[in-house]
Amino acid sequence: MVRVGDVFRALADPTRRLILDELTLRDGQTLFEICSRLIAHGNTSTRQAISQHLAVLEEAGLVVSHRSGRTKIHHLNTQPLRSITERWPVTD
Amino acid sequence: MQARINVTSVFVDDQAKALAFYTEKLGFLPKTDVPVGEHRWLTVVGADAPDGVELLLEPDEHPAAKAYMRALVEDGIPATSFAVDDVVAAHRELEAQGVRFTQPPTPMGPVVTAVLDDTCGNLIMIASPA
Repeated sequence: MVRVGDVFRALADPTRRLILDELTLRDGQTLFEICSRLIAHGNTSTRQAISQHLAVLEEAGLVVSHRSGRTKIHHLNTQPLRSITERWPVTD
Repeated sequence: MQARINVTSVFVDDQAKALAFYTEKLGFLPKTDVPVGEHRWLTVVGADAPDGVELLLEPDEHPAAKAYMRALVEDGIPATSFAVDDVVAAHRELEAQGVRFTQPPTPMGPVVTAVLDDTCGNLIMIASPA
């Protein structure tokens, strides 16, 4: 069970939002690819920092990972965002 | 003193398997193959430069080498990078031959890169100008 507080905390950081952007562009990336893409787009975070950001995103359920062979692959999971609009429905 | 780079290396878990992959899939040519104890001094060269820098396919026998390779592979980090004329074409060709990629061709600033599994314990980047 992901707490909504974790989702907000995960989304509060601009680099973590950029990671989610990159996973939206291409789902299923290694740490190396995420780091390379962020560098190519002008972000200067270290690999260690990105790794910690991914851990926060995983805790919030916004990123899930699996192994392909021995390599860890990260996927976007937008399900936890549903809890936000369930609590505060979007009205037109 | 003016040293020259004549050899570089990747650790591999099996030299015979590595020689097959690096020649048949990546298109390198066998160069040196000399028995050294239970292993071989085994090198390949680029087809464009048979007298150029040699790539040593080095046994990963030392426990630290295995740990190093595992850690890089877990995070998707290539052991080394090779130049190709066209990454997109190379990816298409290799994938058709069953080579597994952890990253498809992706523009990364001035280059296009892709990352493949050499089946010998490494991920390898290939790159061409964007």
